[in-house]
Amino acid sequence: MNPWAVFLLAAGYLGLLFAIARFGDRRADQGRSIISANVYGLSLAVYCTSWTFFGSVGRAASGGMGFLTIYLGPTLMLMLAPVLLKMIRISKRERLTSIADFIAARYGKRQALAGLVTVIAVIGIVPYIALQLKAIAASLQALFPEQGGLLLLGLDATAVIALALAAFTILFGTRHLDATERHEGMVAAIAFESIVKLVAFLAVGLFVTYGMYGGFADLFRQAAALPRTAALLDLEQGLGNWAPLVLLSALAIVLLPRQFQILVVENVDESHLRRAVWLFPLYLLLINIFVLPIAIAGLLQDLPGNGDIFVLGLPLSQGQEGLALLAFIGGLSAATGMVIVETIALSTMVCNDLVMPALLRVRALGLAQRPDLSRLLLNIRRGAIVAILLLGYAYFRAAGEAYALVGIGLISFSAVAQFAPALFGGMYWRQGNRAGALAGLAAGFLVWAYTLLLPSFAKSGWIPGDFVEQGLFGLSWLRAHALFGLTGLDEISHCLFWSLFLNTACYLLFSLSLGPDAVEARQANAFVDVFQRRGGDTSALLWRGKASYQALAGLLERFLGAERARLQLQSYARKRGIADLAAREVNAELVRFAEIQLAGALGSASARVVLASVVEEEELGLEEVLHILDEASQVRAYSRELERKSRELEAATGELRAANARLRELDRLKDDFVSTVTHELRTPLTSIRAFSELLAEDPDMAVPERQRFLGIIVTETERLTRLINQILDLAKLEAGRADWTSSEVDLAGLVREAAASLEQLFRDKGVALALECPGEPVPVLADRDRLTQVMINLLSNAVKFVPAREGRVSVQLLSSLDRVQVRVTDNGPGIGPEEKEFIFERFRQGGNTLTDKPKGTGLGLPISLQIVEYFGGRLWVESEPGQGASFIFELPLQARN
Amino acid sequence: MQAFNRGRQRLVALALLGLVLLTPPMLNTQAGASGLDAFLYLFGVWAGLILAAAWVAERRD
Repeated sequence: MNPWAVFLLAAGYLGLLFAIARFGDRRADQGRSIISANVYGLSLAVYCTSWTFFGSVGRAASGGMGFLTIYLGPTLMLMLAPVLLKMIRISKRERLTSIADFIAARYGKRQALAGLVTVIAVIGIVPYIALQLKAIAASLQALFPEQGGLLLLGLDATAVIALALAAFTILFGTRHLDATERHEGMVAAIAFESIVKLVAFLAVGLFVTYGMYGGFADLFRQAAALPRTAALLDLEQGLGNWAPLVLLSALAIVLLPRQFQILVVENVDESHLRRAVWLFPLYLLLINIFVLPIAIAGLLQDLPGNGDIFVLGLPLSQGQEGLALLAFIGGLSAATGMVIVETIALSTMVCNDLVMPALLRVRALGLAQRPDLSRLLLNIRRGAIVAILLLGYAYFRAAGEAYALVGIGLISFSAVAQFAPALFGGMYWRQGNRAGALAGLAAGFLVWAYTLLLPSFAKSGWIPGDFVEQGLFGLSWLRAHALFGLTGLDEISHCLFWSLFLNTACYLLFSLSLGPDAVEARQANAFVDVFQRRGGDTSALLWRGKASYQALAGLLERFLGAERARLQLQSYARKRGIADLAAREVNAELVRFAEIQLAGALGSASARVVLASVVEEEELGLEEVLHILDEASQVRAYSRELERKSRELEAATGELRAANARLRELDRLKDDFVSTVTHELRTPLTSIRAFSELLAEDPDMAVPERQRFLGIIVTETERLTRLINQILDLAKLEAGRADWTSSEVDLAGLVREAAASLEQLFRDKGVALALECPGEPVPVLADRDRLTQVMINLLSNAVKFVPAREGRVSVQLLSSLDRVQVRVTDNGPGIGPEEKEFIFERFRQGGNTLTDKPKGTGLGLPISLQIVEYFGGRLWVESEPGQGASFIFELPLQARN
Repeated sequence: MQAFNRGRQRLVALALLGLVLLTPPMLNTQAGASGLDAFLYLFGVWAGLILAAAWVAERRD
């Protein structure tokens, strides 16, 4: 293989990444972002560095399936979407640009805290960057073993690559200062490199598993046959530190500066999280499927080395140079992606939270008077990028072969895990304060350094290792890997336990014993209550002071550059419909806006300091801040209460409206009723009056004639009386004022009696009546007279409607377990479906009321219905026109006891 | 957002389920099992979680 060809290939690949980044940036400048949910999800795979690409196989080759913990943790963490969403929402609202900024902003925007977080991150991450360089060097070594490490133009190839990466990172990481510190081009390039490394790894995996061996089952079977590889297959050997590593990696996916950058800072749309929740875990699953097979294959083939380089070594051992080159590009891709994002994230932190605060403090430099500081800011970041990469390179050269890849990665993970109590506590616990955060972080960091970092230095031979074996000053309870006598844990679990325990304990203890200051109380509120949309942003309420527009605008110009500052202020004025911003008095909202813009460029802690130089802020006391926050939360509570009341009022109005409609309906029914009753009363009255007049006018009327007329008058009077009685009866029933006497009644006997009382009526019309009643008593609980009234109503209705002489009426009494049914069936004309609907309404009568003489009062059925329903039964009709009709009522049976 | 809110709670429930299935003591059931069985268990549960998360997160009801 020609070294220059490999070099050109690598350079070409980096060039392609750069082209993608430029394209992404250009599209972002045009307002047409190429960051989709898929791009966001894939860019998270910057988590998979060369430590994954090469190191996982190495870890699997020595520890079996334990390597999976590093990927299971992030899978679970991503599913804690509410936590991630809250982080993203807070960062967007406060324009936070890094994890140091996030923690510092929560605890009162103080530079000391931001600085401490930055220092921990840099010390923790530099070895991790060194690890990437080491991986690149090792892969070059594998490709060109005879050269013993490649030299390019007389220089160490790894140094050349480190410098190229620095240049590359500077080119698309620090093009301009953005208020949001987003790099869309970089994110797109990272998403692309994620695909490249996945494809490369899968290609090697498929080749090894299915090209060299007969698939998973074959590999596992061969592995089981050899003692060295059989041990890898037993899950048991990885279980010792399984849970701590899952926890560690779950924290790392959020707390590593590059992960925070991609997951939180670079998020353009909260809804992209929906995709990332499963796409990123899927990526992790795919890139890990072939890790164990490759490790087993490497061991079966007896390849040299510790497994870190099997991904390259296996294709090379089979003479597959093309595949080896693809694997090299995959590894390079994984390393460059990590280095670029990590150095951008770290350089932002170093610039905003270490260098700028220091420079601003040195009055001799006169920074506050310089007209344009945006260049200076960019140059500081560029310097930081080079410095971080050189530190990484120096560490790589010094550490040499001391550690396998996986060891270094876990040291870095443990360092950033120290951010967890302050960060998560700050998001959910209002009482958490700066003293607690500082104490916790310092304690965690010291324990981490003592139990993990310094022992690793000792292993490299840089410092004496006595404190690891015998304990500091010979005190055995200070042994670095058995602190306070805690043994039986591996070094990572041991460090994680003590560092997180002491970190959390200090955070809680100091937070509970010391109070917050005013700014902290305000920020605690803004972080914890970020989801309370209305009134959640109380920061504008909490500012009182004086500032001039010119001074504010001047400040923005100095730090953002004149053009950017002008655009931002114009957009601010346009959104609020303000014609001339300069003419207006500066209010809290504008100061807050300026602070956020500055925070985007400088970090929130520095932004607060520079803003203080032009704004005369009236210092609010803690009491006052708490009072305002309390008021704001009361206002929120009131407005919620008001909303609730208004909803209740709406419901009550609806009910009233319905009641009103019902009343109108009842009123109409009453009018109908009165007019019907009047009409019904008038018919017999008219007849009575007409015949009485005839009798009065003609005293000489013949006796038979007179008898007939008198007969009619008597009948009509009877009808009138019956009508009035029934109306009164119905009115009483409906008003619930009827007198009821409930007692046990034998329904069978009652039916027989009712039939007997109407026998004459049936006989007169020549209608046959058939009774089907059981001999034994059928007890129901009812009013005997009322029930007789129902029976007589139904029977007399039936006889009214059947034809004379051919009419047949039958009564059936059927009792089931708990109910009894009485069915009165006739062979009359039947009832049509439309008639059925109103047959039980008052004054509605069956038959054609226009042509036929009314045969009753039209109140019998409504009264019967009321009676039956009163006793818990029901009454209905079954009929087809021309087929007769059955009136049926059903009553609950009185239990026989 | 309301639907995503319910979805978010389901995702947290999935994370807890995953934690139980993918860490000891539940994982101890796989210790001593044949290598392929343990491998299939881990990747099977993992894939199942991803499928469920995709279904919950992408549903817009």
